Amino acid sequence: MNRGSHVLRENHVILIIMALGILLVSIAVVFWTFSDAQAADPNAFNRLMQPPSKRNPPPSQDGIHDPQGPGAAALQPPKESFSKLPGGKSGNYVDWVKALDESKIQPRYDRLDPEAKPIVMDLNIVREVKGSMPDVVYPHKQHTEWLDCSNCHPAIFLPQKGANNISMAAILLGEKCGVCHGKVAFPVSECRRCHSKTKDKTAAASSNTRQVEKQAK
Amino acid sequence: MTPDSFRTVRLTTILALLILTIGLVPLHVARAEYGDVVINNYSDEAGMRPVVFPHWFHRIRFRCKVCHADLGFKFQAGGNEIDMLKIIDGEYCGACHNGDIAWSVENCDLCHSGSTGSATQVHESTLQKLVSPGGSGAVK
Repeated sequence: MNRGSHVLRENHVILIIMALGILLVSIAVVFWTFSDAQAADPNAFNRLMQPPSKRNPPPSQDGIHDPQGPGAAALQPPKESFSKLPGGKSGNYVDWVKALDESKIQPRYDRLDPEAKPIVMDLNIVREVKGSMPDVVYPHKQHTEWLDCSNCHPAIFLPQKGANNISMAAILLGEKCGVCHGKVAFPVSECRRCHSKTKDKTAAASSNTRQVEKQAK
Repeated sequence: MTPDSFRTVRLTTILALLILTIGLVPLHVARAEYGDVVINNYSDEAGMRPVVFPHWFHRIRFRCKVCHADLGFKFQAGGNEIDMLKIIDGEYCGACHNGDIAWSVENCDLCHSGSTGSATQVHESTLQKLVSPGGSGAVK
């Protein structure tokens, strides 16, 4: 009897040691995986690129919906509707302006009236910019397809030539064009879509020269 | 084996599995859809999941003008101070989410679908992507 309980206690000790061993090994595995993953990928620092397969994930995998909640599973995955729309280079990877032009989507202009037509204004504004960047052509047409005049004027842009001081710094911080571009409208990384009017090289050079002369005086 | 040692082994195994699963799950990375807005002005405090507003879904159905001019939504995440009272009175989301144009307010979980504790912000925005300080999850 006495001997039996002794054996049992010995068994117990061995089991506890084994269990502790498993615990230690599992901690080590986790630790090793992380340190190894860090060391193995020389591109780990600030890696922004994601493969096309990872784009437009379903709500349950996008990192902002709660995968445990009932909503994430019930909501439509973006890919389901994007697959029928013209592709884009960034943002949602959808060319929304093209989608509207080609009538792939028919978003209402009025909450209740599906027949309401937008008041489109076809007027391009050219903004001359510093340096070698092509000048900006701002098309009212594409903007008025989506928006009302009051969305931009006068709070964001004064409707007056030369009255608006716009810089890329302001845009990057979410002001001026950056109120929409970089949040919902195509991102600022698509430089050429705004900077689309190539400068006359000689004119650009002479205007620079004039500036230098002015400074010299 | 005594029931005692059995319990110890079982507990440790569960603990080990727990460490393995928690430890090996990849780091939490948000890959939200461009323009998705998390609105968490009051939700966390009220014990509800924050709201995720998908711009992409809405712009397929309505032009910007409908919400941002007619309904008075400001161009700022969390800047509209929307609460359920305004919604049931037909303001903001309530202008359409009334069971007539879009699903009605009793489908709480379809809008309140965000992870608890997420900050109010526009996802995948330029501000979020700026590498320098201030670029991570800045509001606006």
